[in-house]
Amino acid sequence: MIPQSAFTICAVVEPTHLGELRALLARMNILHGMADPDNSLVPFGQIHTLHFARFVIVESLTNDDILVHGEVPKPWAPMLVFMGDCDGPRDVVLAELAVRAKPGLEKIFSCCQGFAGTSDTLLEWMQARNVVPAASYVNWLGRTVAQVHEELALHRLLRQQLVKMQQSPVSDDPAVIHRHLQTVVKEAVANGQLTLSPIPKTPFGWRIKNLLEFILVPLVLILLAPLFLVLAPFYLFVLRRKEKADPEILLRPDPQWAAQLAALEDHMVTNQFSAFGDVKPGAFRRYTIIAVLFLLNFAARHLFNKGYLTRVQTIHFAHWIFLDDKRRVLFFSNYDGSHEAYMDDFINKVAWGLNLVFSNGVGYPASRWLVKGGAEYEGKFKRHLRRHQLCTDVWYKAYPDATATELARNIKIRKGLETPVFREDSEIRDWLSLI
Amino acid sequence: MTNQTAFDFTDIQGIVRFGHGRLKSACMLLLNIKDPAAARQWLRATAFTSGASTDPLPDAALQIAFTARGLARIGVDKDVLTQFSDEFLAGMYEPSRSRHLGDTNTNAPDNWRWGGHEGALPDLILMLYALPGRLETLHQELETSLFKDAFTEQAHLGTNHVVTTEPFGFADGVSQPKIDWQRDQTADLHRRDSYSNLVALGEILLGYPNEYGEYTARPLVSSELDTRAAALPEAEDQPTLKDLGRNGTYLVLRQLEQDASGFWKFIDAQAGHDPLKREALAEAMVGRKRDGTPLMPIEKNLVEGIDPDDREKNNFSYDEDKQGAACPIASHIRRSNPRTGDFTPGVTGFISRMIRVLGFHNASREQDLVASTRFHRILRRGRVYGDFIKPEDALLEQNPAQERGLHFICLAANIRRQFEFVQSAWAASGKFAGLQDEEDPLMGNRKPLYGGTRTDQFSQPHESGIRKCTADLPQFVTVRGGAYFFLPSISALRYLAAEPVTSGVTNTTTSAGTV
Repeated sequence: MIPQSAFTICAVVEPTHLGELRALLARMNILHGMADPDNSLVPFGQIHTLHFARFVIVESLTNDDILVHGEVPKPWAPMLVFMGDCDGPRDVVLAELAVRAKPGLEKIFSCCQGFAGTSDTLLEWMQARNVVPAASYVNWLGRTVAQVHEELALHRLLRQQLVKMQQSPVSDDPAVIHRHLQTVVKEAVANGQLTLSPIPKTPFGWRIKNLLEFILVPLVLILLAPLFLVLAPFYLFVLRRKEKADPEILLRPDPQWAAQLAALEDHMVTNQFSAFGDVKPGAFRRYTIIAVLFLLNFAARHLFNKGYLTRVQTIHFAHWIFLDDKRRVLFFSNYDGSHEAYMDDFINKVAWGLNLVFSNGVGYPASRWLVKGGAEYEGKFKRHLRRHQLCTDVWYKAYPDATATELARNIKIRKGLETPVFREDSEIRDWLSLI
Repeated sequence: MTNQTAFDFTDIQGIVRFGHGRLKSACMLLLNIKDPAAARQWLRATAFTSGASTDPLPDAALQIAFTARGLARIGVDKDVLTQFSDEFLAGMYEPSRSRHLGDTNTNAPDNWRWGGHEGALPDLILMLYALPGRLETLHQELETSLFKDAFTEQAHLGTNHVVTTEPFGFADGVSQPKIDWQRDQTADLHRRDSYSNLVALGEILLGYPNEYGEYTARPLVSSELDTRAAALPEAEDQPTLKDLGRNGTYLVLRQLEQDASGFWKFIDAQAGHDPLKREALAEAMVGRKRDGTPLMPIEKNLVEGIDPDDREKNNFSYDEDKQGAACPIASHIRRSNPRTGDFTPGVTGFISRMIRVLGFHNASREQDLVASTRFHRILRRGRVYGDFIKPEDALLEQNPAQERGLHFICLAANIRRQFEFVQSAWAASGKFAGLQDEEDPLMGNRKPLYGGTRTDQFSQPHESGIRKCTADLPQFVTVRGGAYFFLPSISALRYLAAEPVTSGVTNTTTSAGTV
């Protein structure tokens, strides 16, 4: 199993080059933010380990919101963020990008501060500006781009076979059908029509590190539990006091901005989401969100790594990234369905989870006990999020028409195919019904 | 929330409460305002049908709704107008919205007969209903000289006065949500674990709590700044302001042309010209038999919000039909109303609830893809147009003499979360509930996905495990026009009919952002 990693290159844009940068980014698109996989600047499609990628010019649209807390807004200079989700170590894919997309990336980054006249190589420059997300969610840990494509092709082949059988049945016996399909696939593999690469070995170092984390984090939490118990009443007291006092900002998103965001949506079955906002001032919120994102990252890595994040099954990758000394959070996700469906899925299924994280953000609809309220106020919540949403200037997805649900199903289909013999006919029928 | 006082039906337009089904003759006039002052004068002089019960029953009804442009023309101030929802203000034809709704290719607004762009938008719609034979007279009585000074007619949408079956031959409007008029529904969310047909008043009307217990954003007006607002009801959640939205709602109209002969010819060919198989395939696509009987077996225990006399048609959910063996998942009625609760079936106590909340209930994960239907209900008030044709005749028809279709009308307090969601996430989506690239078998526009994957298929589970797939579905339904309207309350109509204050004092409420 090859674990996934992410790169997040963050570079402040040279103010005089902002317009030029926007024009460059637009050149990479076929239409409305949808990247051309073969574009001449960054040919995403050539990087065979890249699942998703995006360029976003991060601007602080809500910079003045913090005034409601009596704080003077800190100026924010537009920042270019180049993020990608890939198979294997980050540095390998960055090195590949630094070779394959060298002229393009140089052109893009020369619009950013600190690029002109640097003695670093492109790779070193990018590595120096990489920010590791505070929390990441990967829909299916270990599923590589290659595996996705191979299994999509496998599904297509099996589907064709079943359509053929509708005309000329092979047999009434499910076991015979299963064997027949196994033979067809074997032949397709043999004559090069289909590739089904074996799942590679998990890197040893990664396994050890993962295992240690899996054991040590809960262990430390258990050891510290008595301390948490003692502190909990004080924590909850302060939390409730703050929750009652924290001001909400319920302004309607600018309709023109909302229209620009909508223009980038619903081209594919999957959509992108980028949002940026300030953490509420003070140590309390700062350490709360650090702790919550730490736990979220742990849960995503160890508990929710097989196709679902609690009840939500539509997210491919999501990242929470601290910027500006943890004063601000950048959130990126890639989800199936429309923006409205995504919001509703979250509100109706995991409002509590949204509240845990986002109620630490300035202006969020009032939460109670860190999990209640907040996103449960549907109208307020949708306005809040839309106001913080950014245009994803360039967005790439390696498998445009496939949803996360379907990729999970393809894994099951392959597993069934590779099962030498099923015990029950009903198991074969269930398997056939997946195809 | 429980409200002891009985609901006041006199302030709503009748179409919210009644489908006017007894008034079989109907037509819709799409009008533009020629002279705003004359239009206001005509509004003041005209009585619109309210939702109050009458004895004897009425022999005619008149309803009215405005587009955003129409509201501006009639004299609604800009700062009141901007408090309406974004989708209403932007209009159905906006390009991003078209992509969202599947109004692309042949369905694209560019090809619409009306409503396809700002210039082709009507200002208002008048809906006339009458007993058979009375419609012409009603129409003539309506068109006074004042009327002619006030309006120009952009289009006249006729309807079929005889049948209530839609052109493919199936009963239409069989399932409707039941409105909780008295607001008796408990606020305890755990009671919504399973499907209920009862919807909060605020889902259908503005000015009342919706299924989230919230008041949907709507125009609120200060009567101090705008004297016209004095007669409007108070906003329940902001009593210092008057509620222009309360007892009103949004009305969605889409003219959908239906190719009846194309539909039946395709089905017939697929069925090998076997009448029984033909009928079965069409039923599977719809999810009901022609007379409206559902393919799902009727359940013993009455589902909340289903009237006992509606038992035979609507007392079912799909809980026990995970794979779609009884009613295909892709069928039209299943994807228009998936009848799911907030949780998959089987919540018995705290532990089983928590397991589901955290997503660890493996057995029901696929069923959980589409949950909480209650937030996406619409009240349908459509009317069929074109002459009726029996499926058997549709098969033989060479060149239809007349276009047939449905003037799809629905009412909802939140166009985006209700109508647009049902249309985009359920009907037009090839991935609904985990389906393998299948749009609505009846309504799909058959446009391939971004990467070229085809969506023109329909599949049914089969006992062998091998899904029976019908491929190469042609397009049967084409969008010919559409617009979003605001259906005002009776008191809001009085507000719209009043002469605007010309003192130059602008209304500066900012309530839309704070509701």
